[in-house]
Amino acid sequence: MLRLAPIVAVAVLAGPVLAGLAGVLLPAFGYLPALGGEGLSLLAWRQLVAQPGLAQSVAVSLASGLLVPLVALGIVFLFLAGGSGTRLFALIRGAMSPLLAVPHAAAAFGLAFLIAPSGLLARLASPWLTGWLRPPDLLIVQDPAGLAMMLGLVVKEVPFLLLMSLAALPQLRPQARLALAGSLGYRPVAAWFKTVAPGLYPLVRLPVFAAIAYASSVVDVALILGPSNPPTLSVAVLRWFNDPDLSYRFVASAGAVLQIGVTMAALALWWGGELLLAALGRAWLEGGGRGRIDHALAWCGQGAMLLAGSALLFGLVGLAVNSVAGFWRFPHLLPEHFTARHWLAAAPNLAGPLGTALLIAGLATVLSLAVVLAVLENETRGARRPGQAALWLLYLPLIVPQVAFLSGLAIGTGMLSLRPGFWLVVAGHVVFVLPYVFLSLSEPYRRLDPRWVMAARTLGAGPDRAFWTVRLPMLSTPCLTAAAVGMAVSIGQYLATQVLGAGRVATVTTEAVALASGGNRRVIGVWALAQAVLPALGFGVALLAPRLVWRQRRGMRSLG
Amino acid sequence: MAAPPTTGGLALRGVRIGLRGTTLIDIDAAIAPGEVLTVMGRSGAGKSTLLAYIAGFLDPAFSAAGEVLLDGAAIQLLPAQARGVGLLFQDPLLFPHLSVGGNLLFGMPRQAGAGRSVRWAMMLAALDSAGLAGFEARDPATLSGGQKARAALLRLMLSRPRAVLLDEPFSALDATLRDDIRTLVFGQIRRAGLPCLLVTHDAEDAASAGGTVIELG
Repeated sequence: MLRLAPIVAVAVLAGPVLAGLAGVLLPAFGYLPALGGEGLSLLAWRQLVAQPGLAQSVAVSLASGLLVPLVALGIVFLFLAGGSGTRLFALIRGAMSPLLAVPHAAAAFGLAFLIAPSGLLARLASPWLTGWLRPPDLLIVQDPAGLAMMLGLVVKEVPFLLLMSLAALPQLRPQARLALAGSLGYRPVAAWFKTVAPGLYPLVRLPVFAAIAYASSVVDVALILGPSNPPTLSVAVLRWFNDPDLSYRFVASAGAVLQIGVTMAALALWWGGELLLAALGRAWLEGGGRGRIDHALAWCGQGAMLLAGSALLFGLVGLAVNSVAGFWRFPHLLPEHFTARHWLAAAPNLAGPLGTALLIAGLATVLSLAVVLAVLENETRGARRPGQAALWLLYLPLIVPQVAFLSGLAIGTGMLSLRPGFWLVVAGHVVFVLPYVFLSLSEPYRRLDPRWVMAARTLGAGPDRAFWTVRLPMLSTPCLTAAAVGMAVSIGQYLATQVLGAGRVATVTTEAVALASGGNRRVIGVWALAQAVLPALGFGVALLAPRLVWRQRRGMRSLG
Repeated sequence: MAAPPTTGGLALRGVRIGLRGTTLIDIDAAIAPGEVLTVMGRSGAGKSTLLAYIAGFLDPAFSAAGEVLLDGAAIQLLPAQARGVGLLFQDPLLFPHLSVGGNLLFGMPRQAGAGRSVRWAMMLAALDSAGLAGFEARDPATLSGGQKARAALLRLMLSRPRAVLLDEPFSALDATLRDDIRTLVFGQIRRAGLPCLLVTHDAEDAASAGGTVIELG
């Protein structure tokens, strides 16, 4: 049974992606028998090209796919280069991991409330600085160039790339490298970029690729912060896909294939940039410059990181204030009075979608955890580690644009007469939850001293008993953390829920995103905050439960 | 070396372990019940590899041949838990999620007619015999180094092994404790009449064990 685990994992990760790709490729070239497409044709492509604003949609998506990871990675590297060891570094580092759990939609709403013409920032600067007595007529949020959307994505990708980098750093032993470079007269930031960064980048390359794919094809953040007419390519694809005129499914499929092309183009351009940088970087490394603007760079990194973290944090504060705000005149910083009215009004409607989101997240997480544990246990017993190919496979669902293969899956499952709905949503969530559960659990699992299980075996326990009574309890803390990560990923899923549920599975996330077009800030504040609180609760449980259960077992603390 | 006798005790017959074409270990030996065979050698000489082969944890990267006979029966193809070979590590490795008593109970075989209360009574008696009376509910992390070593030995003996492997079990202990624990371990093994293979790089261990010494590597 256990030997089948890797095959199951491969099927879970690659199966839906490949099926979904087939599900858009065929209709894109005219083949969709259910809608009368029997032969091959380029009609869908001609219709796609004729869609108004297509070029701008493509341009915004491509720009986002390149700029967002560039800025986010720049902030993370500058921060790591200039900050390690300082108190601010420790503080930000500690604050960033909970911030990663904030769902994209909630973060995007929070940012919108911050930077909108009547948002917190404008209120803070008015009227003493700006002279505004009423909100200015500026299109800040949902600007046509997609800058607000990119800002929102940067703010969300920074904690992701920071945590991935921090996880990879120890194996490079950066202190030794920096000490050596320092002894040669390099200043800290220059030393970091010249000795640590070249080793770190290859280790975070796949997460960066995931960030490129995400930024070039995101849907929920684009619906909230992105341009609306024309929208990003991903949102346009979703619109065509949801068009009541079913013949638009051909255009949607062609658009999905184009989306894959745009994401691949972003990845290819990035790759070209890597090559260029590698060529130029060699000369820079060998040039022997010791870092002239070191201090300024260090401050930039810390400042930008602080800004990104604050944007997330104060965005949440903005959501909270809005959700309890009564009458709130511009430019007052705080409402004239507070009220629980919005929460009370929303409460009856909140319960259902909250429960559904929790149920889906719980099921998807338990399924993912079971597969991941089976894969890791199989790996330990066989004493063989999967290679680089397995890591790529893990990232496959994170690199292939969601909107492309999910709509393909929806079209494909229609052909297989699988009904969209609750269970298909759960299955879809597993595809995205499993990689994160694996990334979170594999390191502690492999690091556990093998002698614990040997001790159990020589005491007469078979492999299964050793797993259940020794390894699993000893890894209970990392397992709970992985489960909390999985829950957070599932709760944040908008597109998978929307597309695979055919719009009939309502979670707190789909409901919150649906409010974006309405623009009622009080209601949005309630729903987005409810969405943000859910994953935080999961992390709270993962943090507290082991301390309670193992409070009499001091040796368990060092294992977490 | 002549073929060792096969009745009683632990015997290694033509045990050859290699890695990528080079032979690391080539050994023939017999250990009678109650006797200690000491295998010495510098680190990297394959001492731990030999223990892994006997206990059933050899990494598949190694190629291995030869028989391990325990009380006359070949055990080298059995899974680790069925070999009847107990192992004492360098660290006590008391399971951190269990109490001291739970650790002792973990390895106790279930016998017909011996219910929970009998097992519990045996565990308490064992603790008592080692000066650990009243420790059954304690968190292993709160024990001193010597107490941990004694608890680990009790756990091993309660699991009723038919042979014992010692993997440098005294090297992590304070010099002041080392003699006490050595005496205790060898005394218990001798009293139980178990064949024992000790792997060490400490000549004092070998002297204290008092049996045959083999140099590896």
